[in-house]
Amino acid sequence: MTMETYTYTEKKDTRSGFGAGLAELGRTNPNVVALCADLIGSLKMDEFIKENPERFFQIGIAEANMMGIAAGLTIGGKIPFTGTFANFSTGRVYDQIRQSIAYSGKNVKICASHAGLTLGEDGATHQILEDIGLMKMLPGMVVINPCDYNQTKAATIAIADYDGPVYLRFGRPSVPIFTPADQKFEIGKAIKMTDGTDVTIVATGHLVWEALEASKTLHEKGISAEVINIHTIKPLDEASIIESVAKTGCIVTAEEHNYYGGLGESVSRVLSLNKPTPQEFVATNDTFGESGTPAQLMEKYGLNSDAIVKKAEAVIKRK
Amino acid sequence: MSNTQQLEDLTIQVRRDILRMVHKVNSGHPGGSLGCTEFLVALYNEIMDRNDGFDMNGLEEDLFFLSNGHISPVFYSVLSRCGYFPVEELNTFRLLNSRLQGHPTTHEGLPGVRIASGSLGQGMSVAIGAAEAKKLNNDNHLIYSLHGDGELQEGQNWEAIMYASAKNIDNLIATVDLNGKQIDGATDDVLPMGSIRAKFEAFGWIVIDIEEGNNIDAILKGMAEAKSKTGQGKPVCVLLTTMMGNGVDFMMHTHAWHGKAPNDDQLASALNQNPETLGDY
Repeated sequence: MTMETYTYTEKKDTRSGFGAGLAELGRTNPNVVALCADLIGSLKMDEFIKENPERFFQIGIAEANMMGIAAGLTIGGKIPFTGTFANFSTGRVYDQIRQSIAYSGKNVKICASHAGLTLGEDGATHQILEDIGLMKMLPGMVVINPCDYNQTKAATIAIADYDGPVYLRFGRPSVPIFTPADQKFEIGKAIKMTDGTDVTIVATGHLVWEALEASKTLHEKGISAEVINIHTIKPLDEASIIESVAKTGCIVTAEEHNYYGGLGESVSRVLSLNKPTPQEFVATNDTFGESGTPAQLMEKYGLNSDAIVKKAEAVIKRK
Repeated sequence: MSNTQQLEDLTIQVRRDILRMVHKVNSGHPGGSLGCTEFLVALYNEIMDRNDGFDMNGLEEDLFFLSNGHISPVFYSVLSRCGYFPVEELNTFRLLNSRLQGHPTTHEGLPGVRIASGSLGQGMSVAIGAAEAKKLNNDNHLIYSLHGDGELQEGQNWEAIMYASAKNIDNLIATVDLNGKQIDGATDDVLPMGSIRAKFEAFGWIVIDIEEGNNIDAILKGMAEAKSKTGQGKPVCVLLTTMMGNGVDFMMHTHAWHGKAPNDDQLASALNQNPETLGDY
């Protein structure tokens, strides 16, 4: 039994991928504008701002106003990218996004950093684990959670060419760069990372690397795992998931999010409608986070490769 | 359209439209709509520099944003009477499959509407964004917006008001409909807001009063003054004192008609007070 393995030579934060993508858009697309609610450094927006000061809007600590201004900027042909933490990009401004952006069909890109537990020491006030659910419930909203620096950069560039509201979720910690720098980002198109026959692992965001690590451990145990990188949670690449479980007969979903409202539930819906399949969830268990280092938190809340291995072994037994 | 008599005739016809629209479906918001009828008639026919037809981006023309979306009847009537869509479509207000939803929306593609509103307090931010886009596009046209006075209780307004002066949004004229009423009663009883003028001034805005907000000449004069204050580095606020339910005696001096439709007898009485001018839809 052989398997495709992934290695890395460098680690970087996904938010820097966003910053790099935004800077490139600044050079290539004159309609792209950026807004920030007092978190320029955290969102890595400095380069765009330096090169395009006239296309940057510092809103101050006023996220509701930022969402409304972004909606207004689209009227006049601009493509606004808003930047703040995931918590303040979603829950804090849900009705502004709902009415002024989603229902109004405005071409706003809501770019959200520091998502999930890996924000770390700041604790639960800043660690949103509900944002995927909040955003995927909005009709017409695209929800994207890329896995590494390269993919986040590519996603940032790709969403400028998509006409409609997008939620782009990324994070703070340094994580391995393992996807090719030149990989084309296609919204809604899953990427199969490894071929496998015993279990499907569908992962998003930071959990994709953990899923690849898990697949190595499983391989050593004689279990063949098919890992799918599902960077787009909505619209979900249903065909890829159905095709994979047709072969493996069971599935683990993995995400840095509450299992209520997350990727796992979206996958469950697809499978229950098309191909009922045993499923295990790697996600937080209806809880808030807490202070700690990212690695400590991911271990405590069961969001690392060890947790994926355990769930994979469990779900195989349910076949 | 240029003389006051024509604007007066249109005003009466718009009142009839509002009353007939809400009566037909026994729902909607006639009070605030009637209070802002003269303003929207004057705005769309005399004050704004509008292009023919409708383009969402609204390049090289003045734009209007309605923040207090519940006064959709007057908005729809004025838009249709200005040619954005057929007046007959007013017949579909609040009906299933209509483009004339209870509150204005872009979702159904109704020409003339650029943003959904109804959940209060969001329109000023949107207007500021559109004003910023005008500046980026080197487009010297203006952005107009309308807000309820009770609506100012929503905190997002104050984020927007602070931003607009700090960032020199001087191509924006935001009008507040001072009718002194909201659903639960007088604004002074529900949540007294003190001096709205003093608040806007403290935030660095230029403030213009139109004390006779249901008098077309007063509106034209006040808005001309407001326009003359644009381009000076500061946003402009117009405080428009209006009478809720204006033009229908039993709907005035009360907040009872905020969100209530007249019955058959009440409609007949209201229409008698506003004889047909340009023709009913």
